[in-house]
Amino acid sequence: MANTSHGIGGLTFDPKKRTRPPELNVLAALVLIIVAFEVLGRLFIGDSFLFNTRDNVDTLFNEQRLQIIILQVAIVGIIALGVTQVIITGGIDLSSGSIVGVTAMVTMSFAQVATVNGNPNPKAIFGPEWMDLPVIVPLVVGLACGLFAGLVNGLLIAYTKIPPFIATLGMMVAARGAAKWWSKGNPISFPTESYATIGKGMTPVVIFIVLAVLFHLIMTQTKYGKHCYAIGSNEPAARMSGINVDGHKVLVYTIAGALAALAAVVLSSKNLTAQAGMGVMYELDAIAMAVIGGVSLQGGRGSIIGTCLGALIFGVIISGFTFLKLDAYYQEMVKGVIIVGAVVLDQWRQTKRGRG
Amino acid sequence: MTDLILETRGLTKHYGGVHALTGADFSLTRGEHVAIMGDNGAGKSTFVRQITGVEKPTGGQIIFDGVEHTFQSPIEAREAGIETVFQTLALADDLDVPSNLFLGREKIRFNLGPFSILDKRAMKEAAMAALLKTGVKIPNIMNTIRNMSGGQRQCVAIARTAAFKSKLVIMDEPTAALGVQETAQVENIIRTLKEAGEPLILISHNMRQVFDLVDRIVVFRRGRIVANLRKEDTSGEDVVAYITGAKTGTEYQGAA
Ligand SMILES: Nc1ncnc2c1ncn2[C@@H]1O[C@H](COP(=O)(O)OP(=O)(O)OP(=O)(O)O)[C@@H](O)[C@H]1O
Ligand SMILES: [Mg+2]
Repeated sequence: MANTSHGIGGLTFDPKKRTRPPELNVLAALVLIIVAFEVLGRLFIGDSFLFNTRDNVDTLFNEQRLQIIILQVAIVGIIALGVTQVIITGGIDLSSGSIVGVTAMVTMSFAQVATVNGNPNPKAIFGPEWMDLPVIVPLVVGLACGLFAGLVNGLLIAYTKIPPFIATLGMMVAARGAAKWWSKGNPISFPTESYATIGKGMTPVVIFIVLAVLFHLIMTQTKYGKHCYAIGSNEPAARMSGINVDGHKVLVYTIAGALAALAAVVLSSKNLTAQAGMGVMYELDAIAMAVIGGVSLQGGRGSIIGTCLGALIFGVIISGFTFLKLDAYYQEMVKGVIIVGAVVLDQWRQTKRGRG
Repeated sequence: MTDLILETRGLTKHYGGVHALTGADFSLTRGEHVAIMGDNGAGKSTFVRQITGVEKPTGGQIIFDGVEHTFQSPIEAREAGIETVFQTLALADDLDVPSNLFLGREKIRFNLGPFSILDKRAMKEAAMAALLKTGVKIPNIMNTIRNMSGGQRQCVAIARTAAFKSKLVIMDEPTAALGVQETAQVENIIRTLKEAGEPLILISHNMRQVFDLVDRIVVFRRGRIVANLRKEDTSGEDVVAYITGAKTGTEYQGAA
């Protein structure tokens, strides 16, 4: 019996009665929300949310809607993967949306073509010698942008002991400023063919899934992941146990910055343009995805799987409101309610745990 | 090589105006087990925090294993060979038992720097073995520490020191939250250390336990060492008299 050997000193426990992982609750919530939209749809607008109701296409599910949902959340989802790690260590990152903005601008400048329809690129940032570059150049530049911003966040938080909220708030404002300054507010467009393929079709989803699997493994199987949880759970204890807490924090925020930069690359490639306002509020969407997925703002608890489910819930709710033909304004308000609601739920879980 | 494993000279710690520890001259020979006793707030834990690198002393010297050390962190003290069970236990509530036992020195399957792959199975098996020695009962060691009783948590912290090789073990009130059986088990661990010739500093309020286990008793009072008593030359009443201040050791007369 492999499972009874978890116990020690003669006490046994029934593995079947093991407390169920919190991700199952999130999954249940996801299913419940989908069912709710299905019912509301049939009642009020006579259409199905989930299933295909058009006779001309021969599929069971409404694949188009599902694709849109997943595509919608994939890009912010990439950011949420980094934000999850930050929150698990007991921190917060408010700068990801602005890092998306500035990275998109800088990256796109290195991804432009020299000629559009036989004319010189009207949105050109650099001279022709900096155009038609191989795709690796904007990729490396973009990643470097995010790594640098994340590194600054991490160094500020780890070594000046500024609270993460303040440090990343500063980065949020500064990076947005840099995004606007970069091209004096002008959009940057006309990327090379190869750059444009990064965000084409369902590629963003593939990128998101690959990264999610990678970070799931990192968080569950490596020292890095273990130390994230240890620091978020009890920072003084982590220090006393010999974990290099400061170095770890620098690493975590740097990774979060790099992931935000990747999201920027995918987003600008998908939109074929970059604007200084790109990624506004993405940081809050990403935090919401994590918190909905069961990542505790107190630190120490949560998982990549949870965040992925949280991202899906987020996407389903947004798409559900469009489906119910509710105004875009409602969507924003509901987003606000979801974010606050998820935090309230988290605190409620804390107090319940405290009493139990 | 001297026969002293640890020596402090004039070790002092002030927290602002609080003189938590003043001029502590303490020594421990190899293989010796010493108890530190004293009322609450006498400075016992403060003393431990100075010699384990958790805090920097205001003054004084620490000579460990023949070398003067100024430990910058608990890691340095641990790498030098001092294993400590802190009174605050220093556990991560959201991690399971093996993760806590190996916190900061995980067993690794592939070395990839910070992203090294953990050897979870080896850690689990080693944790089991270490815990068995404490005699603690834990239904599921893969549960998070948060849900465990005070005694179970304490045993996890003790098992953490027992699982690693060291030159000196320090336990700050290791049996404070333990039941009768678990206390007996922990006392057995201490006896095993004695047989193995490993020196120990035990902080305890339990007179019976102290007289059962150690060779020597050092009494702290108001941040000063006020007595240094060989077990054979003293008695329970005697020790109590030193703790309460009714008596002061001859060589410490001037101090207290
Ligand atoms: N960080 C600190 N700042 C200020 N004063 C402190 C600090 N740590 C300890 N003290 C004070 O130092 C004195 C000694 O505390 P210490 O924890 O060493 O006592 P102790 O002998 O271990 O007591 P107990 O038996 O209750 O564990 C106490 O008066 C305490 O209030
Ligand atoms: Mg104490």
